[in-house]
Amino acid sequence: MLTSIMEQLMNGLRTGSIYALIALGYTMVYGIAKMINFAHGDIIMVGAYTLYIGIALLHLPVIAAMLLTAAVCSVLGVLIEKVAYKPLRKAPPLAVLITAIGMSYFLQSVALLIFSSTPIPFKSVITLESVQVGSVNISGITIVTLAVTTVIMVALTLFINKTKAGSAMRAVSEDRGAAELMGINVNRTISMTFAIGSALAAVAGILYICQYQSLRPTLGALPGIKAFVAAVLGGIGSVPGAMLGGIVLGLIESLSKAYISTELADAIVFGVLVVVLLVKPSGLLGKKTLVKV
Amino acid sequence: MKKAISVGLAAAMVLSMAACGSSDTAEPTAASDTTAAADSGEQAESSEAAEDDGMAEFIIGSTGPLTGANASYGTSVKQGEEIAIQEINEAGGVQVGDTTYKLVLNFQDDEAKEDKAVTAFNTLVDAGMNAYVGAVTTGACLAQTDLSYEANILQITPSASAEAVTENPNVFRMCFTDPLQGRMIAQYVLDNGYESVAVLWNNADEYSAGIHDAFVEALEAEDAGLLVADESFATGDVDFNTQLTVIKNSGAKLLFVPAYYGDVAYIVQQARDAGMECDFVGSDGWDGVLGQVTDPSVVEGAVFLSPFLATEESAADFVSKYEAAYGATPDQFAADGYDCVYAIKAAMEQAGSIETDALIQAMTEITVDGLTGQVSFDESGEPNKTAKFVQIVDGEYTAM
Amino acid sequence: MKKISNGTVWFRAAVIVLSYAAVTILLKGGLLNRQYTSLLVPIAVNIMLAVSLNLVTGFLGELTLGHAGFMSIGAYTGALISLNLGDTGVLPAPAAFALALVCGGLMAGVFGLIIGVPVLRLRGDYLAIVTLAFGEIIKSVINSLKITNGARGLSKIPLYSNYTNYTVVFILMVLTVLAVTNLMSSRDGRAIMAIRDNDIAAESIGIPISRYKVKAFVISAFFAGVAGVIYAHNVGLLKPGTFDYNKSIEILVIVVLGGMGSIRGSIIAAVILTVLPELLRGTDNLRMLLYAIVLIAMMIFNNSKIKEGLMMNRTFRRLGRKEA
Repeated sequence: MLTSIMEQLMNGLRTGSIYALIALGYTMVYGIAKMINFAHGDIIMVGAYTLYIGIALLHLPVIAAMLLTAAVCSVLGVLIEKVAYKPLRKAPPLAVLITAIGMSYFLQSVALLIFSSTPIPFKSVITLESVQVGSVNISGITIVTLAVTTVIMVALTLFINKTKAGSAMRAVSEDRGAAELMGINVNRTISMTFAIGSALAAVAGILYICQYQSLRPTLGALPGIKAFVAAVLGGIGSVPGAMLGGIVLGLIESLSKAYISTELADAIVFGVLVVVLLVKPSGLLGKKTLVKV
Repeated sequence: MKKAISVGLAAAMVLSMAACGSSDTAEPTAASDTTAAADSGEQAESSEAAEDDGMAEFIIGSTGPLTGANASYGTSVKQGEEIAIQEINEAGGVQVGDTTYKLVLNFQDDEAKEDKAVTAFNTLVDAGMNAYVGAVTTGACLAQTDLSYEANILQITPSASAEAVTENPNVFRMCFTDPLQGRMIAQYVLDNGYESVAVLWNNADEYSAGIHDAFVEALEAEDAGLLVADESFATGDVDFNTQLTVIKNSGAKLLFVPAYYGDVAYIVQQARDAGMECDFVGSDGWDGVLGQVTDPSVVEGAVFLSPFLATEESAADFVSKYEAAYGATPDQFAADGYDCVYAIKAAMEQAGSIETDALIQAMTEITVDGLTGQVSFDESGEPNKTAKFVQIVDGEYTAM
Repeated sequence: MKKISNGTVWFRAAVIVLSYAAVTILLKGGLLNRQYTSLLVPIAVNIMLAVSLNLVTGFLGELTLGHAGFMSIGAYTGALISLNLGDTGVLPAPAAFALALVCGGLMAGVFGLIIGVPVLRLRGDYLAIVTLAFGEIIKSVINSLKITNGARGLSKIPLYSNYTNYTVVFILMVLTVLAVTNLMSSRDGRAIMAIRDNDIAAESIGIPISRYKVKAFVISAFFAGVAGVIYAHNVGLLKPGTFDYNKSIEILVIVVLGGMGSIRGSIIAAVILTVLPELLRGTDNLRMLLYAIVLIAMMIFNNSKIKEGLMMNRTFRRLGRKEA
């Protein structure tokens, strides 16, 4: 019994680490641009397909293909922001949200037209032996994902808190107008946010297909939404919160599948979102903000 | 001003609808001046292809998903039908009494959605179809069976496997039903003396649920202790580790996965990654799994039911034609579509008429030696044919 | 604001009578082929869905992504009633269908209330995500229930609302449109629009924001439920997977294309987006792309200088005309 609980916790960690990685990108974009980038999950999908093209079709070395993936996603992220979101800076949030949904649909349908809906198998480029701890087996890719997520989380926290660009981001997040008056280039700061956020999505895409070894145009949609739930759970805008939220959500999902009902696992995950928003909208690690009138 | 615009718009709407309605009767197509097609038709691709060479036309209507998530099934059926029709027409068409009929296919996309299936079917009736092959998916097919009964058209579904599909007397089926597959797998389990079995099924998919329910029922009727784990997942899931952990800890020697190859690929890979060593058995949805796994050794030794095996000698001719035309290996859907066309041909010849009542009567009298085996139909519309078990040996599908 | 003038009433009545007459002539005169005949009810269903979503998204200014969820609650409730009461002969068909419509709508409305009361306290973005979540929860609950027959869904639902009963469907559609139109030109409607335009100002003049938000949400859910009942009794088959996120987005696309807050626009867009895919059958993948482009382009256009320019022109012309 204990072993099986441990194993289920491990499974939770496995999906949770992916959610955490995606949630980092979500939380960053939301924290600074103040919008839900619905297309974030689909940038992960673009990243996955880019890696596939790089390795299976262009026969690039693994590292080069990964760099290509990150570059493509960053450029795409900035491009999306410039084309679709920037004209709507002053528009009501509803308009921005609808555009973001449109963007998500756009990326999915373009991928569908190019690659069709038939899944493409893809052999993992990360081969790491799994580790046996007691009777519990931890797969190599889980360890890599956890390590990468932790490193990114620390790096991101340092970047935001210690660098000049990071303080510009915080200023824009705090008050866009005031930041502009202080001589901060708001447009450039937001572009940079999208570039970094999308590069994180690229990393998530790479680790995602190394874990699941199959590509389809909708692969980013559900993890994207769940990662958003994770970001809210951890406190949106908080980098360590996103990581914590992702892992907690993975554990909740795994345990409810194993011990409550597989059919209702998704309902439980989304139920968590509802409960968090109603009880503690600032999430586990988020700071409480007062809405100014 | 505003009002004028809206009146104009309303009028335009009505007019455009009227135009859509009447244009079909106004334009005579190649199909409409033959004896076979009583009504005029939409100018479907198939009727454009028809040449006037003195033969009457017999329009086979068909629907299935050509776009969307299930596009591969509909596309396969369509291509299988095209090969069959090409063969028959090249061999001189179908001789019925004094008339020689040339077969024409009119295939409409239904996106595997119920509401689209209704309009797709009606489009075919408008086009004057003589017999109907479809729908490819169960939900779409169920939405059509009453319509085809009302319109009095012979319907053969290549692959809709829910039991309720053949309730109307005009509907026949080429594939196995879900419960039949479930019972056959249960028998396989008993025959091979497995002591403990687990099942992992898709609870959001009626195909999977139908097989699962019959399997569990049949197994428990024999020996309730055999089934040690009964786990499910939902469409779109990619992570099965939680369920697999439960199954692994149950100590099952055999894992039965009634699902389509896309899900199966994830499941078998993750099962082997988790260190599970049990045997696998699957339903006919497994066909194609080798194309989806990155390492064929994970499914080595797996057994599944299949009505059709592309590597068999009897199918060689069809497979080579199919590969030449579409650059892909045909799957069971293509074979089902192919056989449905030949069943209609046989029924036409047996009936000596193309009247629906005669065709339906003839359906129960014919035997078709098809790609999916020798098949005859009983009055309930079900096929009588034997199932093949296929095993994956050395990364190849092999008949058992 | 303006009172509904007599002219408007006459105009509306004329449009309703004319469009009904047109449909009748087309149908009885045999001018419509089977394909277009079978589109009549889906057009009506889409109009009802779009108009009811417009109430929340266009007029109240809150984005909900779970409209298909309410539709499914209505559809399943209605279907279960007619399967258990109508089909078994307990009630005559018309009574069973009427009961199905009422109960389907009410059940959806009740869920709208249950979901709306806590959720509508949330800010825009969160509200969208939570309604999306609720849509998914409803779908997976329906999928796991015994009474709804799980993944296999309900079949053999009596076809009370197929094209042979187009009059009933037409009346229901007109009632929905009129109900929403009249609501929006009433005191309540003005309050709802005031909340959209500036909720703080609205609150400060004594409009109970939460009450109106919930009211709009529940009414919208009610009509989505009724539309679901009609859908169920037209297709005769229900599966949980039909009412997914994509369905909600489809309705949203209609509302966005027709113009947020424009009922007339919703109606026209619903007709176009139901008929167009039929004309372009086999291009479903392109349709998704088209939807995406519609969403993005409409939003950018609505908030761009081009539109502002056009609006200014119109205003000036109007002013000029008045002076002349």
